Amino acid sequence: MPDSSSIPGDWRWLDADGLQILIDLLRGRGFRVVGPRIADGAIVIGDIDSAAQLPTGWLDDQDGGSYRLRQDKAAGTFDHVVGPHSLKNFLFPARETLQHWTRDDRGWHDTTPAEPPRPLAVIGVRGCDLAALAIQDRVFLGGDHVDPAYKARRERLFLLAVNCRRAAATCFCHSMGCGPAAGPGFDLALTETDGRFAVETGSEAGAALLAELAARGSPVTPAEILDEAAIEQVRDIPRRLGREMHARRAEPGRPVPRSLDTDGIRDLLFSNLEHPRWQQVADRCLSCANCTLVCPTCFCSSVSDVADLSGDHASRERQWASCFTLEHSQMHGGNARPTVASRYRQWLTHKLAGWIDQFGSSGCTGCGRCITWCPVGIDLTAEVAAIREAPTP
Amino acid sequence: MTLPAPLSYPPPESLDPGSPWHARPARIDRVRDESADVRTMVLVFEQARDRRDYRFLPGQFNMLLLPGIGEAAISIASDPEHCSAVAHTVRAVGSVTHALARLEVGDQLFVRGPFGRPWPLEELRERDLIIAAGGVGLASVQAAICHCMTHRGDYGRIAVLHGAKTPADLLCRSDYGRWRDHGIDLHLIVDHAAPGWQGPVGFVPQLLDRLEIVPSETSLICCGPEPMMEAVARRSIAAGIDPDQIFVSIERLMACASGLCGLCQLGPFFICKDGPVLSYDRIGPWLAVPHL
Amino acid sequence: MTTVATAKKPRLAVFKFASCDGCQLQLLDAEGQLRAIADQVEIDHFLEARSRSLPGPYDIGLVEGSISTPADIPRILEIRRQCRFLVTIGACATSGGIQALRNWGQVDEFLGAVYATPAYVQSLEKSTAIADHVPVDFELRGCPIDTRQLVELVSAVVVGRRPRVPTYSVCVECKMRGTVCVAVARGIACLGPVTQAGCDALCPAHDRECFGCFGPSQQPNLVSLNGFYERQGASRERLGRLVQSFNAWSPEFHAEHDRLAGGPDTEADR
Repeated sequence: MPDSSSIPGDWRWLDADGLQILIDLLRGRGFRVVGPRIADGAIVIGDIDSAAQLPTGWLDDQDGGSYRLRQDKAAGTFDHVVGPHSLKNFLFPARETLQHWTRDDRGWHDTTPAEPPRPLAVIGVRGCDLAALAIQDRVFLGGDHVDPAYKARRERLFLLAVNCRRAAATCFCHSMGCGPAAGPGFDLALTETDGRFAVETGSEAGAALLAELAARGSPVTPAEILDEAAIEQVRDIPRRLGREMHARRAEPGRPVPRSLDTDGIRDLLFSNLEHPRWQQVADRCLSCANCTLVCPTCFCSSVSDVADLSGDHASRERQWASCFTLEHSQMHGGNARPTVASRYRQWLTHKLAGWIDQFGSSGCTGCGRCITWCPVGIDLTAEVAAIREAPTP
Repeated sequence: MTLPAPLSYPPPESLDPGSPWHARPARIDRVRDESADVRTMVLVFEQARDRRDYRFLPGQFNMLLLPGIGEAAISIASDPEHCSAVAHTVRAVGSVTHALARLEVGDQLFVRGPFGRPWPLEELRERDLIIAAGGVGLASVQAAICHCMTHRGDYGRIAVLHGAKTPADLLCRSDYGRWRDHGIDLHLIVDHAAPGWQGPVGFVPQLLDRLEIVPSETSLICCGPEPMMEAVARRSIAAGIDPDQIFVSIERLMACASGLCGLCQLGPFFICKDGPVLSYDRIGPWLAVPHL
Repeated sequence: MTTVATAKKPRLAVFKFASCDGCQLQLLDAEGQLRAIADQVEIDHFLEARSRSLPGPYDIGLVEGSISTPADIPRILEIRRQCRFLVTIGACATSGGIQALRNWGQVDEFLGAVYATPAYVQSLEKSTAIADHVPVDFELRGCPIDTRQLVELVSAVVVGRRPRVPTYSVCVECKMRGTVCVAVARGIACLGPVTQAGCDALCPAHDRECFGCFGPSQQPNLVSLNGFYERQGASRERLGRLVQSFNAWSPEFHAEHDRLAGGPDTEADR
């Protein structure tokens, strides 16, 4: 078998045909392959069976409450950034049945079928979303209690990451230490340059797939292993973007990304729980929950016990919940957070402050989805900056 | 080195007893009506393995599930030395608790748990204890009272303060004699008196004034409505008790009880796993912020 | 909560006021589940489905339509007396319906324009919600109502639990089904963020804005939303028309329409 020696850390060149073979190999292995594709005016994550379905030549202009696609001949396959979907839609789906119950004359029985989920391969995962996955892993797998459904899907996941070459106006991964370079946590990572892809191997599963690619007589051969100088050049592509984002100085024609000063942010927010800014943002906030639902780390859920009309079949249905809804904070005898101000405060302080106590990291990766997909363009970086500028004494 | 074949992965674990969603079948063994809307039910696990292995600590809670109807977090209100039968005191306030309070002997229900942090009774040995409970909050301290009776010699003076709306709403009335026999100083108070009521009228915090407290030797455990717990805590602090020796049990809506659903958050805490029992020096500042 | 769990099957009645019958048709449209519903309750009065009608009192009353004529008022009072658990079904019963658009005009002018002999027609000045006249135990929103919510209502009431009907926004349903936001990605003024869920985001899933069929969501912030749409170039006239449909007479949509039509500006407006 030619060249089965590839190991994590290896770099190879891959051309556009190689990408197609990669997709075919994953599908042949039984993976459902999903990745970026255009649907309904946005780049969503959808099923991919051909590399031609990837949004080559398309860019996304994003800002508070606004997302627009446009064609650009110079744009590569992955020069768009993140869209409304994230890995969360697949690993922690919006609705799922936790258990099935059946009743007979002896009582109720747990009749949940033991069906392993189909393995999933995701193309085009960004640094911010790998960071978000690591955060959700800590929530669902890292505590005393492990969520079995999440774990089963997580164990069957293959990640083909992408290093960003471009940032949207809503991006601030550099502030959160989550990008623009992808990793760790990928199986393979692509960096697009001059019409081809440099592929970095991040795991044994990724190495095995590349080795298989080589064995098929594909464009990957030992000759196409990158030398040190080439690796440095490729590595500098996301680094250059990172420097641009830190400097908040974009190249001509490119948007200036956002940024968030995280210095002492936990204590800043927790010592400003009664800041007038919460009411000011509540005057604009719709409490529609969009920010929490597009957030790749928000993990709240509720469980409904439902029965069919015969009453002999029941199930436990889990669905996404949001701290912006009154249902979320409902208690017997009243609501813990009856005002929009208290609910916005809950979201922002949990994400940026309480999360640090709970899980040892911020709950924000700087992906900017909550800014873009807020129907009125509320920007958490601006809210934090306003509180930082005039904290309560 | 090959890509692992999908079918070689282990099957999902939704039926695994280690899963937080795993529910143990149980049957109602007996019921006791405490008041018009409060019922105590003792349940026994259907499976021998659960009767043998199930353990809980005072202050922990179970999730009680009725398939197709719903699930509620309910404190375990029985003696932790006898885990094969578990008691829950339920006040009918919502859909699920109404359905639970309607269960009769022999009816089936499912139990997930136990969950949460218990009262720190081991750390409180040698100390005087004040156990304060408002309304159905008594259920959450009942297992602690059982523990203290069994290990009476381990603790100093013990006072139980219990308040309810009316004399008919006082819980566990048939247990009071036994508590007093174990040297527990019991004080009762009601919001509204009724004919024949000889005791005081008012709220639980007032009962603290009737006690001779040695602050440095006293710890307080408290469960009831949040305003009541805050009032008890403030009065205890004024009496000189350290905030880190005051323990409260917090209630919040929860779907998982295991830190996965996010519903029960209060400040940086998950009430299900960091609580429900929290010391007042940790939780007090967060309780003081309106609508947190 | 009111519970109708009884030893016998609960008796169900369906009543109609000013409406198009669409909500009753949703009940008939429940097809597979209608038989299961019929197994759980005695359908004792439902003229759209069967001519047999048994007298009250009933355990569950479903009321469609708005109060629109003088005769409606004593009738709804009597229905309230006959029903232990009274549920309004649909936008007409819950907020006055599309016919409440007449509430902004002079009913006599409409009568004169529409009917050859207006004297034969008895009509109230305004079309109003059932809850404006009698206490209502639960409301099912929508134009028409959603069959799944109707089945949930019947299942819940039969076992004595509160029906699970969300009061959050349509956006939650859009995001849960993965639908791309038409407001953000296309700049179309959409009522989803201020409209109660229940339709499973039907219109946005078909590339259209939400028209507010399920009425205002919990604590809707119409002033902020429409302020943003205005800054994006939408006209006040268009935004005013958007809230002036099936739930126009709901207090929140009503107030927003009047504000857009030239009422006093609020702080947030400026």
